[in-house]
Amino acid sequence: MAGQLREYRRRIRSVQSTKKITRAMELIAASRIVKAKARVAASRPYADEITRVISAVASQTTVRHPLTTEHPEARRAAVLVITSDRGLAGGYNANVLRRTGELLELLRAEGKEPVLYAVGRKAVTYYRFRGRELAGEFTGFSEQPGYDNAKEVADALIARFVESSEAAGVDEIHLVFTEYVNTLTQRPVAHRILPLVLEKTTEPPPGGPLPQYEFEPSAEGVLDALLPRYVESRLYASLLESAASESAARQRAMKSATDNAGELIKTYTRRANAARQDAITQEISEIVGGANALAQAS
Amino acid sequence: MPIRVAIVSPEREVWSGDADMVIARTTEGEIGVLPRHVPLLGVLVQGGEVRIKIGNETLTVAVDGGFLSVTDQGVSILAEHATLSTPTT
Repeated sequence: MAGQLREYRRRIRSVQSTKKITRAMELIAASRIVKAKARVAASRPYADEITRVISAVASQTTVRHPLTTEHPEARRAAVLVITSDRGLAGGYNANVLRRTGELLELLRAEGKEPVLYAVGRKAVTYYRFRGRELAGEFTGFSEQPGYDNAKEVADALIARFVESSEAAGVDEIHLVFTEYVNTLTQRPVAHRILPLVLEKTTEPPPGGPLPQYEFEPSAEGVLDALLPRYVESRLYASLLESAASESAARQRAMKSATDNAGELIKTYTRRANAARQDAITQEISEIVGGANALAQAS
Repeated sequence: MPIRVAIVSPEREVWSGDADMVIARTTEGEIGVLPRHVPLLGVLVQGGEVRIKIGNETLTVAVDGGFLSVTDQGVSILAEHATLSTPTT
């Protein structure tokens, strides 16, 4: 009886320390969301400006640039998956990987061979375990990505894209990441980032009509220099969104873990109390039984 | 009539404000932008600097590559890395 009581107490202690850890992780994740959101906001002026400039250039020139020209028979498509380095983030990684799976199916159905690039240790281990070959892997910055990280990834992708498709080059680049909608909702999304999708609309673009630029040195020269920056900026934005989503997912997962631990502690405390009461009752009845036996004997 | 100038790097907006003249070095050479300049998009040289004249003061910004975009709304300088130096008179 006393042994059972000890067992319950031991479990309560262990769950209590787990609860402390999950609670701390929850708080850290919550503060990381705020930071990540601030960084998304800080990166917006650059991203907006570069998007605006690029739409101005693309809409008024007739330059056939490899980065904007759609390949008639695309054979290979690079797919970049953005996941986290660490787990304990609920369904965050599983959702991105599922979305990636759908995209890979689609690409194969279109007769394109997918080439996988992975950001985050979770995607790397996922695909390595399944024996999928990864063309590139980038880890160690999923929670706090810097622009240099985005640049490193973008450089690898653009280099592969510029290569001829007879060799090992890819004709398209897709990006799968998690969009941060709000603290409760994060959506895994897949976008094609290259070749650029130029939309022809009659609606005026946001921020007023696009200026009729003069170019220095030339439209081609500007486009050459601009497009890699655009890809980097898109990638950076996606990394930041994913980081915010990761923290939000982790905060939610850790919150429910903390709540569960609280429930467990409550249950075990009840059982421990019952066990203690049992032990006391038993002791009393033993004493009473013993006293009765003595009284009868005398 | 001052021009609105914004210097933005991917991680944050480095500086923004009104200025009288912007001097930058593009791949074609040094260019000075005064108010009412024709819209222009230029590629900046690696490791160059941008000088912003406000009255008698000159603000110097070290930029590493990037773009100069002049529109009728103002001048924006997009650089991967941009560092503000202390203003000199």
